[in-house]
Amino acid sequence: MRIPCPFCGSRDSREFVSRGDAAPVRPAGDDAEAMFDYVYLRDNPAGLFEELWYHAQGCRNWLRVERNTRDHTIVGARLARPERAA
Amino acid sequence: MTGQPFRLPHGGLIDRLHTLSFRFDGKAYLGHPGDTLASALLANGVRLFGRSFKYHRPRGVLTAGSEEPNALVTLRSGARAEPNTRATTIELFDGLEATSQNRWPSLGLDLMAINQVFAPLFVAGFYYKTFMWPAKAWEKLYEPVIRRAAGLGAVSGLEDPDHYEHDHAFCDLLVVGAGPAGLVAALDAGRAGLRVVLADENPLAGGHLLSERAGLGGLGGAQWAAMAMAELAAMPHVRLLMRTTVFGRFDDGEHGAIEQVADHLPVPRPGQPRQRLWKIVARRAILATGATERPIVFDGNDRPGVMLASAVSTYCLRYGVAPGRRAVVFTATDSGWTTAHDLLAAGITLVAVIDTRSVVTDALAAPVRAVGVQVLTGGQIIAAKGSPLTSIEARDGTGRTHRFAADLLAVAGGWNPQIALAAHLGHKPAWRADIAAYVPGDTPPGLDAAGAAEGRFGLGDILASGRRAAIDAAQTLGRTINPSPLPHAENTPHAVSAVWASGPCKAKAFVDFQHDVTASDITLAVREGFTSVEHLKRYTTLGMATDQGRVGQVNGHGLLAAATGRALAETGTIRARPPVVPVAIGAFGGHHRGRHFRPERRTASHDWAAAHGTVFVDAGQWKRAQWFSLPHETDWRQSVDREVSATRGGVGLCDVSTLGKIELAGPDVGTLLDRLYINMFSTLPVGKARYGVMLREDGLVFDDGTVTRIADDRWFMTTTTANAAPVMRHIDFARQVLWPDLDVAAVSVTEQWATYAIAGPRSRDLLTAALPDLDVSNAALPYMGATTLRWRGHAARLYRLSFSGELAYELSVPARLGAALVEHLFAVGAAFGLIAYGTEALGVMRIEKGHPAGNELNGWTTATDLGMGRMASTKKDYIGRIMAARPALVDPARPRLVGLRPVDGASAIRAGGHLLRPGAAPVAANDEGFVTSACFSPTLGHPIALALLAHGAQRHGEEVVVHDPVRGADVRALVCDPVFHDPAGEKLRG
Amino acid sequence: MRYSIVQLAAQALQRHRGWQPAWRDAAPRDGYDVVIVGGGGHGLATAWYLAKVHGITNVAVIERGWIGGGNAGRNTTIIRSNYGLPGNEPFYEWSMKLWEGLEQDLNYNAMVSQRGVLNLYHSDPQRDAYARRGNAMRMHGVDAELLNADAVRKMAPFLDFDNARFPIQGGLLQARGGTARHDAVNWGYARAASALGVDIIQNCEVTGFVRDTSGTVTGVETSRGTILAGKVGLAVAGMTSHVAAMAGLRLPIESHVLQAFVSEGLKPLIPGVITFGAGHFYVSQSDKGGLVFGGDIDGYNSYAQRGNLPVVEDVCEGGMALMPMIGRVRLLRSWGGIMDMSFDGSPIIDHTPVAGLYLNAGWCYGGFKATPASGWCFAHLLATDSPHETATAYRLDRFRTGHVIDEKGVGAQANLH
Repeated sequence: MRIPCPFCGSRDSREFVSRGDAAPVRPAGDDAEAMFDYVYLRDNPAGLFEELWYHAQGCRNWLRVERNTRDHTIVGARLARPERAA
Repeated sequence: MTGQPFRLPHGGLIDRLHTLSFRFDGKAYLGHPGDTLASALLANGVRLFGRSFKYHRPRGVLTAGSEEPNALVTLRSGARAEPNTRATTIELFDGLEATSQNRWPSLGLDLMAINQVFAPLFVAGFYYKTFMWPAKAWEKLYEPVIRRAAGLGAVSGLEDPDHYEHDHAFCDLLVVGAGPAGLVAALDAGRAGLRVVLADENPLAGGHLLSERAGLGGLGGAQWAAMAMAELAAMPHVRLLMRTTVFGRFDDGEHGAIEQVADHLPVPRPGQPRQRLWKIVARRAILATGATERPIVFDGNDRPGVMLASAVSTYCLRYGVAPGRRAVVFTATDSGWTTAHDLLAAGITLVAVIDTRSVVTDALAAPVRAVGVQVLTGGQIIAAKGSPLTSIEARDGTGRTHRFAADLLAVAGGWNPQIALAAHLGHKPAWRADIAAYVPGDTPPGLDAAGAAEGRFGLGDILASGRRAAIDAAQTLGRTINPSPLPHAENTPHAVSAVWASGPCKAKAFVDFQHDVTASDITLAVREGFTSVEHLKRYTTLGMATDQGRVGQVNGHGLLAAATGRALAETGTIRARPPVVPVAIGAFGGHHRGRHFRPERRTASHDWAAAHGTVFVDAGQWKRAQWFSLPHETDWRQSVDREVSATRGGVGLCDVSTLGKIELAGPDVGTLLDRLYINMFSTLPVGKARYGVMLREDGLVFDDGTVTRIADDRWFMTTTTANAAPVMRHIDFARQVLWPDLDVAAVSVTEQWATYAIAGPRSRDLLTAALPDLDVSNAALPYMGATTLRWRGHAARLYRLSFSGELAYELSVPARLGAALVEHLFAVGAAFGLIAYGTEALGVMRIEKGHPAGNELNGWTTATDLGMGRMASTKKDYIGRIMAARPALVDPARPRLVGLRPVDGASAIRAGGHLLRPGAAPVAANDEGFVTSACFSPTLGHPIALALLAHGAQRHGEEVVVHDPVRGADVRALVCDPVFHDPAGEKLRG
Repeated sequence: MRYSIVQLAAQALQRHRGWQPAWRDAAPRDGYDVVIVGGGGHGLATAWYLAKVHGITNVAVIERGWIGGGNAGRNTTIIRSNYGLPGNEPFYEWSMKLWEGLEQDLNYNAMVSQRGVLNLYHSDPQRDAYARRGNAMRMHGVDAELLNADAVRKMAPFLDFDNARFPIQGGLLQARGGTARHDAVNWGYARAASALGVDIIQNCEVTGFVRDTSGTVTGVETSRGTILAGKVGLAVAGMTSHVAAMAGLRLPIESHVLQAFVSEGLKPLIPGVITFGAGHFYVSQSDKGGLVFGGDIDGYNSYAQRGNLPVVEDVCEGGMALMPMIGRVRLLRSWGGIMDMSFDGSPIIDHTPVAGLYLNAGWCYGGFKATPASGWCFAHLLATDSPHETATAYRLDRFRTGHVIDEKGVGAQANLH
């Protein structure tokens, strides 16, 4: 599998660490139920899926990779960190 | 040594000027360069190659390729013995040694063939129905017998002496197979400037061209292929990988291939790998893997002398060998007639051609009839007899029976395109009734089939198909091919009828040769309800032999379809899985074996430590000094006790460079650290360090360490050795994903700094002497203070941190100065009695101080469990805060960190022992916790331990039993505070 | 038809014409007391124990494809009960006890072979962790032995003791562990359950749930029509999230690919099951002679039932580091299964928040050894509406309350378990 790192180009997945679903957003505040959902519950779709990969042996960027979990086709990848205004 | 009685007088791509000697089952034979072991043995008149898996039936050679199911031998001997090697792919070399397998005592007289007597019992799945009584007899009686009888070849049991290499290639176009289609595609792409990799499992390019008399473009097939290869070899952007099998297609155009670098040599040359595993990333790939012929199922179809027609042609034409003296051809295809013509051309007596079809064109039959060969149309074989083959019983379309004396039966059952690679990603093949073959259905993106793999069987069509695939590939890459004229080639006739079986198939009519799956096994499986292809495979083992169903699977599925009244397309087929051909495990492992299994990380003063009597211990990939043995010390405990005492009584030095080190910079570091740690960091003054605990988001402890504020916007963090990489990843996650608005940069500097703990009451004296320009007084550098300095002109840092509980420092210099610093400190330190201590003494001192480490940070503990609950700030949010409040995590009954000391003051307490109340039965219901860390404390003079004990905080002074049945007797212990040494912390602040 | 050597001989005399289908290939009826979704080992075992232990025979097992075609038929066939945590150990030991009597119970030879499971350790902390686990096993009444390097060498002299990057210091042995023939387990349960009246319905895919006005599940919609049910139990490893989503449930589960491998057939070489403690590699040898081995999951979410080369290499590196004699042994076939990785690495056998719907899920890569107890306990739950005493910890709400069962201690990240 090759990950199209926006910073480094197409690279072997061996350089990356996968963390799974990119959709959950860490809730601010004290809502335990929302935190439970964030930590534990997943849609786990069979199909297109946005997930987080860390380019551990490359640029050390966290990426949002859009990939199909049925056939592993990667649609695209972008940096998880939004571009800062210059 | 004998001659080669079955060697044809001329022909073949062998070097008749040179002779090679070799041995099979101890007997000496001669062959020629260019032979395979199979062709050379056939040339010597050897018919019997091996024994089958279940019935131990005598078997000859069926094919001339990598799909061979019968002729498996053990190649070489000793540590290089290679079981289950296909004689049909072993290139002959001088001195080759091979032995037959799965027979006892010998290939000719195999007593295990008694299994054939029991064959009426040993039907598919018979073992599921018996061997159940008595229950214990399976492991003791039945299974050992079955296991000894099963298996094929034997492993030497010795370490593989050869080595294996890994290599990577990237290309525009990977062409798999250097037959006619592959060569045309590679030539077209190469001439257009594409980066091409062309791989073929054979030593010679040409594929089927090497086995046929019809040439192309006015040249012989082998000659044309050699010219094509010469042109390709001259192209710098083309890589030719011969003896290389592409065995798997993976995601995003990655292909696995195995190159047999030295398998054709007696032993690899010095430094040469035996095999090379290629990982080829290709933007496009063309599957030009050709097709293999399939047999027909009939009684006795496994007898030595029954051979695929294409293999017969190959032995005649490529190897110059007569696979028999009197031949019969049995065919369901036009291509069988080609073999008939090849036999005649080779001067071998052709007795009859039996075609299953009732109508055969004159173009095929007339020349054969003309030389007096009997032709049976609408014919069937009833049985093949003799071992090796002596006669054939057949029936023609009118029902008349014929008997032929023959020692060779060439069977042509149709062609199976070799399309496994197209199916590895889950794409299903499609059945084409017109050619009675599976071809790729929808193919994975970037992969295309050409030639016979695409279902084209006429040579002219094959060439055109290769060109079409190359043009398509180039086009999708934005390149153009300007084709030159293709060589002229005839489309040999290739009509086929779908025939799976012939005759009654009552006795032993084999579908899967190696595993002895018969036609009646398939009928039985259907009768018992195993009617899906997956159930059929699993129940009968059809397709699970070393050829992975390449020979017998289509026939098996055809018979299944017939037995269930379904169309073959309806039955579906088995999903092809990598590898296409079996691949040595050593090749996948590459150089990662023995001491090179994983890299070894060494600290800057590794060599210094090695020169000073250290014993190293593995800490992840790091090598750390475990203790330093003095010459008179005979026991590791003596060394460790001395190191602890000398440190607590004077000064000791320990290499702590393996701790994770992360430098953080930016205006928002304080805010980020507040969110990462349970305690507050943003308030930390410059020049100060603070201990912190991080949680995972689920509320359990993740890691601990210190953070030092070097400057207003510059911070330095340490992590545990084990968590250096996970914490770095965690920080990057926090700053990039969770809170990208925070302005924080972070970088791992673990390998940039060499760091030494200098601990003990005389550590300040030592540093005063060693760093004369620096004020290390308590006022200038108090406990948890930090300062920067220059040492030998380089930046250095000194932290007043203590893991040992003594007055202690950590001194960091750039890694390349680490060894020099140690030399310097010991030069100065001699006057202060400086000693070096290792991880054992480090561990003893931290247990004496009750500091949690890896054994306590086990992923199950909360900060409160470890006695650090009060560190948690209530003034801020941090990772893990909310989940740490879950009921199970705040349960007062949770195990808490305690100290243990033996009641008798002497018995060792072992980590891993469980805790019971005195008198409680040693059962799980009474389990109250376990010992996490234990040691002998030279400071206290008795063993001590840390443990996690239910309600532990309230139980100091109670007695517990440490129960350790896997290692020894119970030990009574007193529960105490986990801080054994200097609980008030006076020493480290002094 | 009872299976025995006598029957086999009798059938041989009539050329095996008298054998009956191992199980009835049933067509769906309108309704059942219990419908079990998923014809893998767990679903089939559940049906058998419902019928045998609880007398509930009006049961259907519905399977999207062919029974035993998912993880039940593509695993490395290891059975063991060498767990360290109190939530797990009684359950897996119950499973081991059921394995020990399985063949007589089912009248089907599942080739349960207790040749031992040996976990190797390579460091002092690892030894202590194994001792902790071994002690926990012993306190649960389960056999466990902590071996030193010499004892390991005696059992497996072919391991690399002398030239290893991470030398073997010893191992934790469960002598009662071993392997079983996975397909036979599935077929044996199917045959036995079918004989008691359970309908095994293949090629029947669930497309939705039938709910009454209160939201209670009262049946399933399938590709072969509506099937009503008193209770519906899900045992659909690999597709749990997908099927549960039809009932509006989100679960602490991610689906991952685990690859496994088999070598060409070899004469007996490896005595029992051996696991490497310094890398991802475990191995046993099948009765046919193939080395059956595997390692870690690929690490990314996947429903593709296949993996990639990095794990193949990683596993073989472990194999070569551990037993360098297998360098010339050839890997014959690889395959991949979909692992429903739970967020603490342990399974769920529980009610769901939806009335009438019961869940058996989250087996990660360890579901095969659990097959008998999983069936037993799920049947118990379906029959009595209360958890079996060995499965009380497998609650769905444990993630909310914090009562997680995390053997590895790696926390709420599925691909680390």
